[in-house]
Amino acid sequence: MTSSGFGVGRIRWDWFAVLTAVLLLLPLINETNTPTLLAIWALFALSLGLMWGYAGILSFGHAAYFGLGAYTYAIASFNVGESTVPLLLAILVPMVVAAIIGAMMFYGRISDVYLGVITLVVTLILNRFMNATAGDAYRIGNARLGGFNGIPAFPILNVPGDPSAQIFGTPYYYVVIACLIGSYLLARFILGSAFGRALIGIRENEVRMELLGYNVAALKTAIFAICGGLAGLAGCLFANWAEIVTPSVFSLGQSAEVIIWVIVGGVGTLVGPMIGAVLLGTLKIALGMQTSIDNSLVLGAILILVVLLVPRGFAPAFVAWRRRLAQLQAYRRHARGTSRRRLHVKEAEP
Amino acid sequence: MDYLAVVLLEILYMIAFLALISAGLAVVFGMMRVINLAHGEFVMLGGYTTIASSKAGINIYVAMLVIAPIVVGAIGLLVERLIVRFLYGRMIDTMLATWGLSLLLTGLVTLIFGNTAVSVPAPIPGYQIGRYQMGGYNLFIVAVTIMLLLGMWLVLRYTRVGLIARGAMLGPDIVSALGHNPRIIYMLTFTVGAALSGLAGGVLAPLTGLLPSAGGAYIAKAFITVITGGASIVAGTLTTAGLFGTVNQLVSFASTPVVGEIAMLALAILLLRLMPQGVTGRFFRNST
Repeated sequence: MTSSGFGVGRIRWDWFAVLTAVLLLLPLINETNTPTLLAIWALFALSLGLMWGYAGILSFGHAAYFGLGAYTYAIASFNVGESTVPLLLAILVPMVVAAIIGAMMFYGRISDVYLGVITLVVTLILNRFMNATAGDAYRIGNARLGGFNGIPAFPILNVPGDPSAQIFGTPYYYVVIACLIGSYLLARFILGSAFGRALIGIRENEVRMELLGYNVAALKTAIFAICGGLAGLAGCLFANWAEIVTPSVFSLGQSAEVIIWVIVGGVGTLVGPMIGAVLLGTLKIALGMQTSIDNSLVLGAILILVVLLVPRGFAPAFVAWRRRLAQLQAYRRHARGTSRRRLHVKEAEP
Repeated sequence: MDYLAVVLLEILYMIAFLALISAGLAVVFGMMRVINLAHGEFVMLGGYTTIASSKAGINIYVAMLVIAPIVVGAIGLLVERLIVRFLYGRMIDTMLATWGLSLLLTGLVTLIFGNTAVSVPAPIPGYQIGRYQMGGYNLFIVAVTIMLLLGMWLVLRYTRVGLIARGAMLGPDIVSALGHNPRIIYMLTFTVGAALSGLAGGVLAPLTGLLPSAGGAYIAKAFITVITGGASIVAGTLTTAGLFGTVNQLVSFASTPVVGEIAMLALAILLLRLMPQGVTGRFFRNST
């Protein structure tokens, strides 16, 4: 198995160490507010990139789990006070919801287009519902859902066991980075395991895997639930960063954006989606600071061009380009070698 | 009694609304298996074309029934030539590229018209049923939809163009072997689909104020109506529009419009789970 976009890929520990060091030292030279947001988006992109790139499941409504994570955290933190349980719930609730929806789709053998419709519609239902929850009637425990205005001012993350020690600023940046690296390693671990290899087999040929005796529906449901949980974690971190959750976390735009990050970065890699999220996230923030060019105009143009010109994204395209270059060099070396030998032979002949 | 009439009229209107916004998408999906996620933006562009033309002094009926379909049809032709034709057979990629197109068009319209609502007054006055004030324009929409579906059905069923179109739907290879270029059939189909979307947008424009983001409100409803309808263009659209429209309005009257919409969406998920080939994939197999 080579480390191409088609295989599992191996972790390059040297690169991993360098990048981790850069991320850890970043607060020394830069403010941490923007990098925190970018890291959260990277985690969100990773959660979609894992199931799209390796299991071949494209959800058109991945924002549903992101939003569920955010809302779960906000609601639970009002009711619990201490943030450890809400954090765990923010992973668990989206995971369970994803498992239910995934099981419904995969055991029903629903093909990819219909899967797209269903995931999209689920997000839409959540969006419509949350938008309509204004007023006192809609409350869960101490938390008012707040309709269009969302839930503001919930207790943010604290040091486990000590509700008064809230985490924000640079320490929060480190929490987010730890979550991102942990999730990346988890994804790597999954892909290296028998489970991950079976998923790649399903992506390549579902019928064959089924005939080999794998329970395709169960495996797909499992990865869908895991990625739902990761998206929930990203949503929870986002809620803590923004310190407010609004129904816009469930919007179509949010779902579209994460798909664009993944496809630009590269489907079938783990690093690609994260890079895509960071680059396009930076672009989005830069575009947000001016008013002449609309953000969605640029994003839309990028998505069209990438689908038409680099349909697997930039990271696999880059890997393929590098391999072609290496092949070309090897071929040239080889060609030079043979011609010289031939000359040699000619000289020796007479 | 008056109340019953109001409920029935509202249901009728909702069915017509769903069928009208889905017609363009249904043609493109039914014949080409292409899902155009920029469909909502085509509808929105039809609305903007109508409002811009009527502001320029053109008769509003001409604007919505003639100019809007022509303009949006031309845009559709352009989109097919520049984007969609490279992606035939790659369903997911088509969805992604047209989703990009939908964002692009939203951004473009924001740039041109600004992010404020524009509107045009409805040309037909309201009327009274007992104590209830009804919009007269809704009846016009119902009439347009009936004419449109009837027209589509007649064309598909009884004309030579319709015959070729249905042939291309069932077996593109055979149609191609008989001397009809499937590339041209697809191009024209996409253009017609876009023109129908433009018509829908034009007709609906006086009803609601238009925003550049208005497409998002149409795409989900059109999407579920068409996909759960299945492959048959007219029968599928009519069945699911009828079903969803009825459920939406009945639940809306019983509780709130939001719950009505959620009920409709939930029903769509349920139907797709039970009939992944769409309603007409299961029943009415030989319908148009």
